[in-house]
Amino acid sequence: MSEPRLTVEGVSVYYGPFRAVHDVSLTVGAGEIVSVIGANGAGKSSLLKAIVGQADRCEGRIAMNGADIGRMGTPAIVRAGVALVPEGRRLFPNLTVEENLSLGWRVGRRGGPRLADVYDIFPVLKERRSSPARVLSGGQQQMVALGRALLADPRFLLCDEISLGLAPTVIADLYALLPGIRDRGIGIVLVEQDIGRSLRASTRFYCMLEGRISLSGSPDAFDRETITRSYFGS
Amino acid sequence: MVAAIVNTLVQGVLIGGLYALFALGLSLSVGVMRAVNVAHGDFIVVVSYLLLSIATGFGLNIFLALALVLPVAFLGGFALQRYLLQRVSGKAVLAPLLVTFGLAIIIQNGLLEGYGADPRVLPGGALETKVVSIFGMQLGLMPLVTLAAAIVLIFALDRLLYKSQVGALIRAVSDDPGAASLIGLSPNQVYGIAMGIVGMTVAVAACFMGLRSNFDPASGPGNLLIAFESVVLGGLGSLWGTLAGGVVLGVAQGVGGQIDFAWQTLAGHIVFLAVLAVRPQGLFPRY
Ligand SMILES: Nc1ncnc2c1ncn2[C@@H]1O[C@H](COP(=O)(O)OP(=O)(O)O)[C@@H](O)[C@H]1O
Ligand SMILES: [Mg+2]
Repeated sequence: MSEPRLTVEGVSVYYGPFRAVHDVSLTVGAGEIVSVIGANGAGKSSLLKAIVGQADRCEGRIAMNGADIGRMGTPAIVRAGVALVPEGRRLFPNLTVEENLSLGWRVGRRGGPRLADVYDIFPVLKERRSSPARVLSGGQQQMVALGRALLADPRFLLCDEISLGLAPTVIADLYALLPGIRDRGIGIVLVEQDIGRSLRASTRFYCMLEGRISLSGSPDAFDRETITRSYFGS
Repeated sequence: MVAAIVNTLVQGVLIGGLYALFALGLSLSVGVMRAVNVAHGDFIVVVSYLLLSIATGFGLNIFLALALVLPVAFLGGFALQRYLLQRVSGKAVLAPLLVTFGLAIIIQNGLLEGYGADPRVLPGGALETKVVSIFGMQLGLMPLVTLAAAIVLIFALDRLLYKSQVGALIRAVSDDPGAASLIGLSPNQVYGIAMGIVGMTVAVAACFMGLRSNFDPASGPGNLLIAFESVVLGGLGSLWGTLAGGVVLGVAQGVGGQIDFAWQTLAGHIVFLAVLAVRPQGLFPRY
């Protein structure tokens, strides 16, 4: 048996005739942090959506631990252990913090952390557990989104721009949690526009440019200029 | 004079309870599925006939018949959503409207074929004629029981939606179906459950409609209009608001009927439009 891993092979994503992701291959192992960087519009979110079965039209193969998950619906993929913290967080605005979180556990695989564990990680959420999610600050909403995903007990966690619009200290706090999550054997894919922070957090990276992978490997293997060139194109 | 006014108001409130029962299912389906079921009134009528057949066919008390029909109504609502409405949901706004419009026509003609055009009533037994005296007013027990049923049902639905896990699932899907599937929830499954609950409210509404008034195969559209006006008056998504909407309609009709009998239904529509003009969000909008 191969080691546990999430594999994307030759995936393309289309919006009508427009091809937003072009023949992309990517892999992340259990207990590994991998980042996908790229400018706005590069196709990062489309790629993550394709992995969880939310792309309108997608070609290629997506497999978890050897089993094809590409043809399963989103709910089944999530229950199989792939959680997405989506761009814009997508909380249920009219549900309370606690309802948002406990749905993640209730619907998920129920093996991992419990509500109390999430409150340990984010004490502020415990204080605000009866507030509707829509009244929370951006940082607190992102904590709920991350907590909700963790409560589903994922094997692989996909994070789409979790730092977007947040204060630097809040971003640092969120990033500080990632090694702990990784060490529990969860494979993490970090999607970011910001180059520096995500590269520091990961062992491997993929750079996307106009729907294609323009560079990939270990962050240490390239100088900053090479990465910047693949990021913006030249 | 004062006694007559008070009586008109009280009767209006009592009929408002029945209107709220009509409206609860519609309120839920609009709130959760975001779709107007044009056949809602006809569903109420078809279940009234079902209750009639069971009660007269087996000689059962009407409330016993209702208890038997409730699970059937849940399954009926669930199946309707999963195997018919779901196929057209999310495509275009018009498609569910047309499908339910078609269903309404099928139901009306089917009932005409099966039961004929004669008006019917459900057998209420002793409850029909019982009168109780409250503050010197003689009030029918049946209208009081109807209002009480509406209040109990709203209370139960409110608890279910806002205090239970199933309710949280329903509200999550209603907030954002895409996000719901991202946490592993299957929106279609949840829509089915919600429509099953709608089916149960339809059964309760059918029972009290048949006990309080005549019904015939063509009664559906009138019920739909009342339900729709109550929901909009009360404010979308608010269950207690729906009761308030029903009561406002009932009182308006009562007052209109006092002025001139021909004014009865018209007065309801006029008040509906007037309130809508001043408060387009309804009386008690939830959000
Ligand atoms: N729903 C959509 N319909 C049409 N085009 C889309 C849609 N979503 C994204 N796109 C296009 O696909 C490309 C990639 O978008 P996206 O995956 O969101 O990029 P990123 O997340 O890297 O910013 C962009 O050109 C964007 O305009
Ligand atoms: Mg994006």
